[in-house]
Amino acid sequence: MNSISKYFSGLFTGIKSLIYGMSVTWKELWTKKVTQQYPENRKTLVISERWRSELTMPHDENNEHACTACGICEMNCPNGTIKVTPKFIETEDGKKKKILDTYQWDLGMCTFCNLCVLTCPSDAIQFRNTFENAVFTRGKLVQQLNQEGSKLREKKKEIPPKSPEGGLKD
Amino acid sequence: MILNYAQPLEVSNLTSWLDTFLRSGLPNFWVLFIEFVLVGALLLAAYAIIALILIYAERKITAFFQARFGPNRVGKWGLLQSVADMIKILLKEIIRINRSDRFLFFAAPFFMIVASVLTFGAIAFGKGLHAIDFNVGVLYVSAVSSLGIIGVLLAGWSSNNKYAMIGAMRSGAQFVSYELSAGFALMTIVVLSGTMQFSEMIEKQQYCWNIFNGHISSMVAFVIYLISGHAETNRGPFDLPEAESELTAGYHTEYSGLQFGFYYLAEYLNMFIIASIATVVFLGGYLPIQVHGWDGFNQAMNYIPTYVWFFGKTGVLIFLSLWVRWSFPRLRIDQLLNLEWKYLLPINLVNILIMVILVMTGLTLTDLFPGLF
Repeated sequence: MNSISKYFSGLFTGIKSLIYGMSVTWKELWTKKVTQQYPENRKTLVISERWRSELTMPHDENNEHACTACGICEMNCPNGTIKVTPKFIETEDGKKKKILDTYQWDLGMCTFCNLCVLTCPSDAIQFRNTFENAVFTRGKLVQQLNQEGSKLREKKKEIPPKSPEGGLKD
Repeated sequence: MILNYAQPLEVSNLTSWLDTFLRSGLPNFWVLFIEFVLVGALLLAAYAIIALILIYAERKITAFFQARFGPNRVGKWGLLQSVADMIKILLKEIIRINRSDRFLFFAAPFFMIVASVLTFGAIAFGKGLHAIDFNVGVLYVSAVSSLGIIGVLLAGWSSNNKYAMIGAMRSGAQFVSYELSAGFALMTIVVLSGTMQFSEMIEKQQYCWNIFNGHISSMVAFVIYLISGHAETNRGPFDLPEAESELTAGYHTEYSGLQFGFYYLAEYLNMFIIASIATVVFLGGYLPIQVHGWDGFNQAMNYIPTYVWFFGKTGVLIFLSLWVRWSFPRLRIDQLLNLEWKYLLPINLVNILIMVILVMTGLTLTDLFPGLF
Protein backbone atom coordinates (compact mmCIF):
# COMPACT_ATOMS: atom_id res chain seq x y z
CA MET A 1 0.00 0.00 0.00
CA ASN A 2 2.75 2.36 0.97
CA SER A 3 4.60 1.91 -2.30
CA ILE A 4 1.40 2.41 -4.31
CA SER A 5 0.55 5.65 -2.56
CA LYS A 6 4.17 6.69 -3.01
CA TYR A 7 3.88 6.00 -6.74
CA PHE A 8 0.79 8.15 -7.14
CA SER A 9 1.91 10.97 -4.85
CA GLY A 10 5.22 11.01 -6.72
CA LEU A 11 3.39 11.23 -10.01
CA PHE A 12 1.13 14.09 -8.97
CA THR A 13 3.74 16.13 -7.13
CA GLY A 14 5.92 15.66 -10.19
CA ILE A 15 3.24 17.04 -12.47
CA LYS A 16 2.61 19.91 -10.07
CA SER A 17 6.25 20.87 -9.92
CA LEU A 18 6.58 20.67 -13.70
CA ILE A 19 3.64 23.04 -14.15
CA TYR A 20 5.13 25.38 -11.57
CA GLY A 21 8.41 25.32 -13.50
CA MET A 22 6.60 26.16 -16.72
CA SER A 23 4.86 29.10 -15.06
CA VAL A 24 8.24 30.44 -13.99
CA THR A 25 9.65 30.25 -17.50
CA TRP A 26 6.47 31.79 -18.90
CA LYS A 27 7.06 34.83 -16.73
CA GLU A 28 10.69 34.86 -17.74
CA LEU A 29 9.66 34.96 -21.41
CA TRP A 30 8.22 38.44 -20.97
CA THR A 31 11.01 39.98 -18.89
CA LYS A 32 13.18 42.74 -20.28
CA LYS A 33 16.09 41.55 -22.39
CA VAL A 34 19.42 41.98 -20.64
CA THR A 35 21.67 41.84 -23.70
CA GLN A 36 24.08 44.76 -24.07
CA GLN A 37 24.52 45.54 -27.75
CA TYR A 38 28.01 46.91 -27.39
CA PRO A 39 29.13 49.01 -30.30
CA GLU A 40 25.69 50.62 -30.62
CA ASN A 41 25.23 51.35 -26.92
CA ARG A 42 28.50 53.27 -26.39
CA LYS A 43 26.57 56.33 -25.23
CA THR A 44 24.63 54.54 -22.52
CA LEU A 45 27.22 51.94 -21.64
CA VAL A 46 28.14 51.93 -17.96
CA ILE A 47 31.55 50.55 -17.04
CA SER A 48 32.29 50.26 -13.35
CA GLU A 49 34.54 53.00 -11.97
CA ARG A 50 36.72 50.32 -10.42
CA TRP A 51 37.35 48.63 -13.73
CA ARG A 52 41.09 48.80 -14.44
CA SER A 53 42.05 48.96 -18.05
CA GLU A 54 44.39 51.86 -18.62
CA LEU A 55 47.12 53.32 -16.43
CA THR A 56 47.20 57.10 -16.46
CA MET A 57 49.20 59.82 -14.83
CA PRO A 58 46.88 62.73 -14.05
CA HIS A 59 48.22 66.13 -14.99
CA ASP A 60 46.70 69.33 -13.67
CA GLU A 61 45.97 72.51 -15.66
CA ASN A 62 49.62 73.69 -15.33
CA ASN A 63 50.81 70.45 -16.96
CA GLU A 64 52.20 69.23 -13.67
CA HIS A 65 52.13 65.71 -12.30
CA ALA A 66 52.97 64.21 -8.91
CA CYS A 67 55.56 61.62 -9.93
CA THR A 68 58.88 61.97 -8.15
CA ALA A 69 60.51 59.24 -10.24
CA CYS A 70 61.19 57.20 -7.10
CA GLY A 71 60.73 53.93 -9.04
CA ILE A 72 58.67 52.12 -6.40
CA CYS A 73 56.01 51.28 -8.95
CA GLU A 74 58.64 49.84 -11.25
CA MET A 75 59.99 47.70 -8.42
CA ASN A 76 56.55 46.46 -7.45
CA CYS A 77 55.40 45.59 -10.93
CA PRO A 78 55.33 41.78 -11.12
CA ASN A 79 56.16 41.53 -14.81
CA GLY A 80 58.21 44.57 -15.67
CA THR A 81 55.49 46.59 -17.28
CA ILE A 82 56.64 49.96 -16.02
CA LYS A 83 59.89 51.63 -16.89
CA VAL A 84 60.68 54.86 -15.06
CA THR A 85 63.61 56.80 -16.52
CA PRO A 86 64.80 59.58 -14.21
CA LYS A 87 67.13 62.42 -15.05
CA PHE A 88 69.18 64.67 -12.80
CA ILE A 89 68.97 68.40 -12.91
CA GLU A 90 70.55 71.14 -10.84
CA THR A 91 68.18 73.44 -9.00
CA GLU A 92 68.73 77.21 -8.52
CA ASP A 93 70.32 76.72 -5.10
CA GLY A 94 72.87 74.34 -6.57
CA LYS A 95 71.36 71.07 -5.36
CA LYS A 96 71.18 68.02 -7.58
CA LYS A 97 67.64 66.75 -7.98
CA LYS A 98 66.19 63.62 -9.56
CA ILE A 99 63.17 64.28 -11.71
CA LEU A 100 61.07 62.22 -14.10
CA ASP A 101 62.23 62.03 -17.70
CA THR A 102 59.95 59.40 -19.18
CA TYR A 103 57.37 57.11 -17.61
CA GLN A 104 56.72 54.15 -19.90
CA TRP A 105 53.97 51.62 -19.40
CA ASP A 106 53.45 48.55 -21.61
CA LEU A 107 49.77 47.70 -21.82
CA GLY A 108 50.54 44.39 -23.48
CA MET A 109 52.49 43.18 -20.46
CA CYS A 110 50.23 44.60 -17.75
CA THR A 111 48.09 42.26 -15.63
CA PHE A 112 46.13 45.18 -14.15
CA CYS A 113 46.99 44.04 -10.63
CA ASN A 114 46.93 47.61 -9.31
CA LEU A 115 50.13 47.13 -7.24
CA CYS A 116 51.80 50.18 -8.80
CA VAL A 117 48.88 52.44 -7.87
CA LEU A 118 48.65 51.04 -4.34
CA THR A 119 52.32 51.52 -3.60
CA CYS A 120 52.83 54.92 -5.18
CA PRO A 121 53.77 57.20 -2.26
CA SER A 122 52.59 60.37 -4.00
CA ASP A 123 49.47 59.03 -5.78
CA ALA A 124 50.85 60.03 -9.13
CA ILE A 125 49.27 57.29 -11.17
CA GLN A 126 45.84 55.73 -11.33
CA PHE A 127 43.84 53.26 -13.38
CA ARG A 128 40.98 54.39 -15.60
CA ASN A 129 38.05 52.42 -16.95
CA THR A 130 38.61 53.34 -20.61
CA PHE A 131 38.63 49.84 -22.01
CA GLU A 132 38.83 50.27 -25.78
CA ASN A 133 42.58 49.74 -26.01
CA ALA A 134 42.90 47.68 -29.17
CA VAL A 135 45.65 48.77 -31.57
CA PHE A 136 47.13 47.25 -34.70
CA THR A 137 50.77 46.86 -33.70
CA ARG A 138 52.31 45.75 -30.49
CA GLY A 139 54.59 48.77 -30.38
CA LYS A 140 51.62 51.06 -29.89
CA LEU A 141 50.83 49.32 -26.63
CA VAL A 142 53.86 50.91 -25.04
CA GLN A 143 52.72 54.30 -23.85
CA GLN A 144 54.48 57.25 -22.31
CA LEU A 145 52.34 58.46 -19.44
CA ASN A 146 53.98 61.80 -18.60
CA GLN A 147 53.05 64.51 -21.03
CA GLU A 148 55.55 66.45 -23.10
CA GLY A 149 57.11 69.30 -21.09
CA SER A 150 55.37 68.39 -17.85
CA LYS A 151 57.07 68.82 -14.54
CA LEU A 152 56.75 67.86 -10.91
CA ARG A 153 54.11 69.66 -8.90
CA GLU A 154 55.65 71.81 -6.17
CA LYS A 155 55.17 70.67 -2.56
CA LYS A 156 53.38 73.88 -1.45
CA LYS A 157 50.66 73.61 -4.02
CA GLU A 158 50.07 70.00 -3.22
CA ILE A 159 46.53 69.16 -2.27
CA PRO A 160 46.18 66.49 0.44
CA PRO A 161 46.21 63.21 -1.47
CA LYS A 162 42.97 61.40 -2.03
CA SER A 163 42.81 57.69 -1.74
CA PRO A 164 43.20 56.07 -5.15
CA GLU A 165 40.19 54.43 -6.74
CA GLY A 166 39.76 50.96 -5.40
CA GLY A 167 42.83 51.33 -3.25
CA LEU A 168 43.39 49.43 -0.04
CA LYS A 169 43.34 52.03 2.69
CA ASP A 170 43.65 50.83 6.21
CA MET B 1 -20.67 18.73 -45.15
CA ILE B 2 -17.53 20.77 -44.98
CA LEU B 3 -18.10 22.47 -48.32
CA ASN B 4 -21.23 24.22 -47.11
CA TYR B 5 -19.32 27.46 -46.68
CA ALA B 6 -17.39 29.57 -49.14
CA GLN B 7 -13.63 29.07 -48.87
CA PRO B 8 -12.17 31.55 -51.34
CA LEU B 9 -8.51 31.39 -50.31
CA GLU B 10 -8.03 27.65 -50.51
CA VAL B 11 -5.16 26.15 -52.47
CA SER B 12 -7.46 23.36 -53.63
CA ASN B 13 -9.00 25.85 -56.09
CA LEU B 14 -5.59 26.25 -57.70
CA THR B 15 -4.73 22.55 -57.70
CA SER B 16 -8.04 21.46 -59.21
CA TRP B 17 -7.63 24.14 -61.89
CA LEU B 18 -4.14 22.80 -62.66
CA ASP B 19 -5.46 19.26 -62.82
CA THR B 20 -8.25 20.08 -65.29
CA PHE B 21 -5.79 22.16 -67.34
CA LEU B 22 -3.34 19.25 -67.61
CA ARG B 23 -6.02 16.70 -68.33
CA SER B 24 -7.40 18.80 -71.16
CA GLY B 25 -4.30 18.30 -73.29
CA LEU B 26 -2.36 15.27 -72.02
CA PRO B 27 -2.91 11.51 -71.60
CA ASN B 28 -3.54 10.19 -68.12
CA PHE B 29 -0.02 8.84 -67.59
CA TRP B 30 1.70 12.15 -68.26
CA VAL B 31 -0.80 14.05 -66.14
CA LEU B 32 -0.06 11.79 -63.19
CA PHE B 33 3.67 11.91 -63.86
CA ILE B 34 3.79 15.70 -63.93
CA GLU B 35 1.64 15.93 -60.85
CA PHE B 36 3.76 13.44 -58.91
CA VAL B 37 6.94 15.29 -59.79
CA LEU B 38 5.35 18.59 -58.80
CA VAL B 39 4.11 17.22 -55.50
CA GLY B 40 7.49 15.70 -54.74
CA ALA B 41 9.34 18.91 -55.55
CA LEU B 42 6.91 20.97 -53.50
CA LEU B 43 7.22 18.64 -50.54
CA LEU B 44 11.01 18.79 -50.62
CA ALA B 45 10.96 22.57 -50.94
CA ALA B 46 8.47 22.85 -48.08
CA TYR B 47 10.67 20.50 -46.06
CA ALA B 48 13.69 22.74 -46.42
CA ILE B 49 11.80 26.00 -45.95
CA ILE B 50 9.92 24.81 -42.88
CA ALA B 51 13.21 23.65 -41.39
CA LEU B 52 14.78 27.08 -41.96
CA ILE B 53 11.80 28.84 -40.42
CA LEU B 54 11.81 26.46 -37.47
CA ILE B 55 15.50 26.96 -36.81
CA TYR B 56 15.04 30.73 -36.81
CA ALA B 57 11.91 30.53 -34.65
CA GLU B 58 13.58 28.22 -32.19
CA ARG B 59 16.62 30.40 -31.81
CA LYS B 60 14.47 33.47 -31.28
CA ILE B 61 12.09 31.88 -28.78
CA THR B 62 14.96 30.24 -26.94
CA ALA B 63 16.61 33.62 -26.68
CA PHE B 64 13.45 35.21 -25.34
CA PHE B 65 13.17 32.53 -22.69
CA GLN B 66 16.70 33.40 -21.61
CA ALA B 67 16.15 37.18 -21.72
CA ARG B 68 18.37 37.58 -24.77
CA PHE B 69 17.65 38.97 -28.25
CA GLY B 70 18.69 35.98 -30.32
CA PRO B 71 19.95 36.41 -33.87
CA ASN B 72 19.42 40.05 -34.87
CA ARG B 73 22.31 41.02 -37.11
CA VAL B 74 21.70 39.23 -40.43
CA GLY B 75 18.80 40.98 -42.07
CA LYS B 76 15.96 42.71 -40.27
CA TRP B 77 15.53 41.06 -36.85
CA GLY B 78 18.01 38.42 -38.02
CA LEU B 79 15.52 36.96 -40.46
CA LEU B 80 18.22 35.85 -42.86
CA GLN B 81 20.28 34.15 -40.17
CA SER B 82 19.17 30.61 -40.92
CA VAL B 83 19.57 31.18 -44.68
CA ALA B 84 23.14 32.28 -44.04
CA ASP B 85 23.69 29.24 -41.84
CA MET B 86 22.36 27.00 -44.58
CA ILE B 87 24.75 28.50 -47.13
CA LYS B 88 27.61 28.03 -44.70
CA ILE B 89 26.74 24.40 -44.06
CA LEU B 90 26.48 23.71 -47.79
CA LEU B 91 29.95 25.13 -48.36
CA LYS B 92 31.65 23.18 -45.60
CA GLU B 93 33.87 20.25 -46.28
CA ILE B 94 32.60 16.72 -45.84
CA ILE B 95 35.34 15.04 -43.86
CA ARG B 96 36.24 11.40 -44.39
CA ILE B 97 36.96 9.74 -41.08
CA ASN B 98 39.87 7.34 -40.97
CA ARG B 99 38.99 3.76 -40.10
CA SER B 100 35.28 4.40 -40.22
CA ASP B 101 32.87 2.17 -42.08
CA ARG B 102 32.74 4.47 -45.06
CA PHE B 103 29.68 3.16 -46.85
CA LEU B 104 27.47 3.08 -43.77
CA PHE B 105 28.90 6.38 -42.60
CA PHE B 106 27.74 8.08 -45.77
CA ALA B 107 24.47 6.17 -45.95
CA ALA B 108 23.31 6.91 -42.39
CA PRO B 109 22.17 10.54 -42.88
CA PHE B 110 20.01 9.42 -45.80
CA PHE B 111 18.12 6.95 -43.64
CA MET B 112 17.40 9.75 -41.25
CA ILE B 113 16.24 12.24 -43.84
CA VAL B 114 14.27 9.72 -45.90
CA ALA B 115 12.31 8.56 -42.87
CA SER B 116 11.61 12.15 -42.01
CA VAL B 117 10.50 13.07 -45.55
CA LEU B 118 8.29 9.99 -45.85
CA THR B 119 6.47 10.97 -42.69
CA PHE B 120 6.35 14.55 -43.85
CA GLY B 121 4.39 13.46 -46.92
CA ALA B 122 1.60 12.02 -44.80
CA ILE B 123 0.79 15.33 -43.15
CA ALA B 124 -2.40 17.11 -44.16
CA PHE B 125 -1.28 20.74 -44.49
CA GLY B 126 -4.67 21.96 -45.53
CA LYS B 127 -7.69 21.08 -47.55
CA GLY B 128 -6.41 19.35 -50.69
CA LEU B 129 -2.80 19.63 -49.49
CA HIS B 130 -2.43 16.05 -48.44
CA ALA B 131 0.02 13.90 -50.41
CA ILE B 132 -0.18 10.46 -48.80
CA ASP B 133 -3.55 9.39 -47.43
CA PHE B 134 -3.77 5.64 -46.81
CA ASN B 135 -6.61 3.99 -45.02
CA VAL B 136 -3.98 2.94 -42.46
CA GLY B 137 -2.40 6.36 -42.23
CA VAL B 138 -1.66 6.17 -38.49
CA LEU B 139 0.11 2.87 -38.95
CA TYR B 140 2.05 4.24 -41.90
CA VAL B 141 3.22 7.28 -39.96
CA SER B 142 4.32 5.36 -36.90
CA ALA B 143 6.05 2.74 -39.05
CA VAL B 144 7.88 5.13 -41.31
CA SER B 145 8.91 7.63 -38.67
CA SER B 146 10.59 4.80 -36.76
CA LEU B 147 12.98 4.21 -39.65
CA GLY B 148 14.95 7.26 -38.57
CA ILE B 149 16.45 5.33 -35.68
CA ILE B 150 18.28 3.12 -38.18
CA GLY B 151 20.10 6.19 -39.39
CA VAL B 152 21.02 7.13 -35.84
CA LEU B 153 22.30 3.65 -34.97
CA LEU B 154 24.24 3.36 -38.22
CA ALA B 155 25.81 6.75 -37.64
CA GLY B 156 26.92 5.73 -34.17
CA TRP B 157 28.27 2.42 -35.35
CA SER B 158 30.06 3.53 -38.47
CA SER B 159 31.75 6.59 -36.95
CA ASN B 160 34.14 4.36 -35.00
CA ASN B 161 33.90 6.77 -32.09
CA LYS B 162 32.91 5.90 -28.56
CA TYR B 163 30.88 9.05 -28.05
CA ALA B 164 28.91 8.47 -31.21
CA MET B 165 28.39 4.84 -30.28
CA ILE B 166 27.12 5.60 -26.78
CA GLY B 167 24.95 8.40 -28.10
CA ALA B 168 23.42 6.14 -30.72
CA MET B 169 22.77 3.38 -28.20
CA ARG B 170 21.10 5.81 -25.83
CA SER B 171 19.06 7.18 -28.67
CA GLY B 172 18.04 3.67 -29.66
CA ALA B 173 16.92 2.75 -26.15
CA GLN B 174 15.04 5.99 -25.83
CA PHE B 175 13.40 5.78 -29.22
CA VAL B 176 12.24 2.19 -28.89
CA SER B 177 10.78 2.87 -25.45
CA TYR B 178 8.94 6.02 -26.34
CA GLU B 179 7.71 4.80 -29.69
CA LEU B 180 5.57 2.41 -27.68
CA SER B 181 3.91 5.23 -25.78
CA ALA B 182 3.41 7.34 -28.87
CA GLY B 183 1.83 4.41 -30.66
CA PHE B 184 -0.52 3.65 -27.78
CA ALA B 185 -1.54 7.30 -27.49
CA LEU B 186 -2.40 7.31 -31.18
CA MET B 187 -4.27 4.03 -30.78
CA THR B 188 -6.41 5.62 -28.07
CA ILE B 189 -7.61 8.14 -30.61
CA VAL B 190 -8.02 5.49 -33.27
CA VAL B 191 -10.41 3.77 -30.87
CA LEU B 192 -12.27 7.05 -30.44
CA SER B 193 -12.54 8.05 -34.08
CA GLY B 194 -12.91 4.55 -35.47
CA THR B 195 -10.59 5.11 -38.40
CA MET B 196 -6.88 5.10 -39.14
CA GLN B 197 -7.14 7.37 -42.15
CA PHE B 198 -6.02 10.90 -41.42
CA SER B 199 -8.46 12.63 -43.76
CA GLU B 200 -11.44 10.83 -42.27
CA MET B 201 -10.15 11.45 -38.79
CA ILE B 202 -9.95 15.16 -39.51
CA GLU B 203 -13.42 15.37 -41.04
CA LYS B 204 -14.98 13.70 -38.01
CA GLN B 205 -13.59 16.47 -35.79
CA GLN B 206 -15.45 19.30 -37.45
CA TYR B 207 -17.49 20.39 -34.46
CA CYS B 208 -15.68 18.64 -31.66
CA TRP B 209 -11.95 18.04 -31.65
CA ASN B 210 -10.80 14.64 -30.50
CA ILE B 211 -9.11 16.12 -27.48
CA PHE B 212 -12.50 17.32 -26.20
CA ASN B 213 -14.52 14.47 -27.60
CA GLY B 214 -12.88 11.83 -25.46
CA HIS B 215 -12.46 14.32 -22.56
CA ILE B 216 -10.35 12.70 -19.74
CA SER B 217 -8.94 9.92 -21.81
CA SER B 218 -8.10 12.13 -24.79
CA MET B 219 -6.39 14.72 -22.63
CA VAL B 220 -4.19 12.07 -21.06
CA ALA B 221 -3.41 10.60 -24.46
CA PHE B 222 -2.56 14.08 -25.78
CA VAL B 223 -0.12 14.78 -22.96
CA ILE B 224 1.46 11.35 -23.30
CA TYR B 225 1.78 11.77 -27.05
CA LEU B 226 3.48 15.13 -26.63
CA ILE B 227 5.89 13.75 -24.02
CA SER B 228 6.82 10.69 -26.03
CA GLY B 229 6.99 12.63 -29.27
CA HIS B 230 9.32 15.03 -27.55
CA ALA B 231 11.45 12.14 -26.39
CA GLU B 232 11.52 10.59 -29.85
CA THR B 233 12.91 13.72 -31.39
CA ASN B 234 15.78 13.73 -28.85
CA ARG B 235 15.04 17.24 -27.74
CA GLY B 236 14.33 19.19 -24.65
CA PRO B 237 14.74 17.40 -21.37
CA PHE B 238 15.25 14.16 -23.29
CA ASP B 239 18.36 15.16 -25.23
CA LEU B 240 20.56 12.50 -23.68
CA PRO B 241 21.89 11.17 -26.99
CA GLU B 242 23.36 14.59 -27.67
CA ALA B 243 24.27 15.48 -24.10
CA GLU B 244 27.08 17.89 -24.86
CA SER B 245 28.68 17.69 -21.49
CA GLU B 246 29.05 13.92 -21.66
CA LEU B 247 29.04 12.87 -25.29
CA THR B 248 30.31 15.85 -27.34
CA ALA B 249 27.47 15.77 -29.87
CA GLY B 250 26.27 12.17 -29.56
CA TYR B 251 25.71 10.14 -32.68
CA HIS B 252 26.57 12.93 -35.13
CA THR B 253 29.89 13.83 -33.50
CA GLU B 254 31.91 12.86 -36.58
CA TYR B 255 29.66 14.42 -39.17
CA SER B 256 30.33 17.71 -40.87
CA GLY B 257 28.98 19.85 -43.64
CA LEU B 258 25.93 18.68 -45.50
CA GLN B 259 25.66 15.39 -43.65
CA PHE B 260 25.51 17.18 -40.35
CA GLY B 261 22.98 19.45 -42.02
CA PHE B 262 20.83 16.42 -42.78
CA TYR B 263 20.74 15.43 -39.13
CA TYR B 264 20.08 18.99 -38.10
CA LEU B 265 17.26 19.35 -40.61
CA ALA B 266 15.73 16.01 -39.68
CA GLU B 267 15.79 16.90 -36.01
CA TYR B 268 13.85 20.11 -36.56
CA LEU B 269 11.47 18.53 -39.03
CA ASN B 270 10.78 15.69 -36.63
CA MET B 271 9.71 18.28 -34.10
CA PHE B 272 7.38 19.74 -36.73
CA ILE B 273 6.09 16.30 -37.70
CA ILE B 274 5.30 15.36 -34.13
CA ALA B 275 3.48 18.66 -33.63
CA SER B 276 1.53 18.33 -36.85
CA ILE B 277 0.48 14.76 -36.18
CA ALA B 278 -0.69 15.83 -32.75
CA THR B 279 -2.60 18.61 -34.50
CA VAL B 280 -4.22 16.23 -36.96
CA VAL B 281 -5.07 13.58 -34.43
CA PHE B 282 -6.08 15.65 -31.42
CA LEU B 283 -6.77 19.23 -32.51
CA GLY B 284 -8.86 18.80 -35.64
CA GLY B 285 -6.05 19.17 -38.16
CA TYR B 286 -6.65 21.92 -40.68
CA LEU B 287 -10.30 22.47 -39.73
CA PRO B 288 -11.32 25.86 -38.42
CA ILE B 289 -13.11 26.28 -35.10
CA GLN B 290 -16.80 25.69 -35.74
CA VAL B 291 -19.82 25.64 -33.49
CA HIS B 292 -23.16 24.03 -34.25
CA GLY B 293 -25.75 26.58 -35.25
CA TRP B 294 -23.50 29.67 -35.24
CA ASP B 295 -23.61 30.08 -39.00
CA GLY B 296 -22.17 33.58 -39.18
CA PHE B 297 -19.28 32.61 -36.92
CA ASN B 298 -18.62 29.45 -38.91
CA GLN B 299 -18.63 31.42 -42.15
CA ALA B 300 -16.18 33.94 -40.75
CA MET B 301 -13.87 31.17 -39.50
CA ASN B 302 -14.04 29.50 -42.90
CA TYR B 303 -12.73 32.60 -44.63
CA ILE B 304 -9.43 31.91 -42.90
CA PRO B 305 -7.79 29.31 -45.15
CA THR B 306 -7.28 25.81 -43.79
CA TYR B 307 -3.49 25.90 -44.12
CA VAL B 308 -3.41 28.92 -41.83
CA TRP B 309 -5.36 26.96 -39.25
CA PHE B 310 -3.04 24.02 -39.62
CA PHE B 311 0.15 26.04 -39.24
CA GLY B 312 -1.37 28.02 -36.39
CA LYS B 313 -2.23 24.94 -34.37
CA THR B 314 1.10 23.31 -35.16
CA GLY B 315 2.90 26.50 -34.22
CA VAL B 316 1.24 26.52 -30.81
CA LEU B 317 2.35 22.94 -30.21
CA ILE B 318 5.90 23.72 -31.34
CA PHE B 319 5.97 26.66 -28.97
CA LEU B 320 4.81 24.33 -26.22
CA SER B 321 7.66 21.98 -27.05
CA LEU B 322 10.17 24.82 -26.83
CA TRP B 323 8.63 26.04 -23.62
CA VAL B 324 9.05 22.58 -22.13
CA ARG B 325 12.55 22.38 -23.47
CA TRP B 326 13.67 25.51 -21.66
CA SER B 327 11.80 24.76 -18.44
CA PHE B 328 12.79 21.28 -17.39
CA PRO B 329 16.14 19.85 -16.40
CA ARG B 330 17.59 17.02 -18.42
CA LEU B 331 16.78 13.49 -17.28
CA ARG B 332 19.33 10.82 -16.48
CA ILE B 333 19.13 7.68 -18.62
CA ASP B 334 17.63 5.59 -15.80
CA GLN B 335 15.09 8.31 -15.02
CA LEU B 336 14.23 8.46 -18.68
CA LEU B 337 13.48 4.76 -18.88
CA ASN B 338 11.69 4.91 -15.51
CA LEU B 339 9.39 7.58 -16.83
CA GLU B 340 8.50 5.50 -19.84
CA TRP B 341 8.20 2.00 -18.41
CA LYS B 342 6.89 2.78 -14.94
CA TYR B 343 4.68 5.78 -15.64
CA LEU B 344 3.73 6.46 -19.23
CA LEU B 345 3.20 2.89 -20.38
CA PRO B 346 0.95 1.71 -17.51
CA ILE B 347 -1.02 4.96 -17.64
CA ASN B 348 -1.35 4.52 -21.37
CA LEU B 349 -2.64 0.97 -21.09
CA VAL B 350 -5.24 1.99 -18.51
CA ASN B 351 -6.08 5.01 -20.62
CA ILE B 352 -6.77 2.97 -23.73
CA LEU B 353 -9.06 0.76 -21.68
CA ILE B 354 -10.93 3.80 -20.37
CA MET B 355 -11.28 5.07 -23.92
CA VAL B 356 -12.75 1.76 -25.06
CA ILE B 357 -15.25 1.92 -22.19
CA LEU B 358 -16.11 5.54 -23.02
CA VAL B 359 -16.76 4.70 -26.64
CA MET B 360 -18.65 1.48 -25.91
CA THR B 361 -20.93 3.04 -23.30
CA GLY B 362 -21.50 6.20 -25.30
CA LEU B 363 -19.87 8.63 -22.91
CA THR B 364 -17.96 10.70 -25.45
CA LEU B 365 -19.10 14.29 -25.87
CA THR B 366 -20.58 13.73 -29.31
CA ASP B 367 -22.64 10.87 -27.89
CA LEU B 368 -23.68 12.76 -24.77
CA PHE B 369 -24.63 16.04 -26.47
CA PRO B 370 -25.48 15.18 -30.09
CA GLY B 371 -27.01 18.58 -30.82
CA LEU B 372 -24.15 20.59 -29.36
CA PHE B 373 -21.11 18.90 -30.86
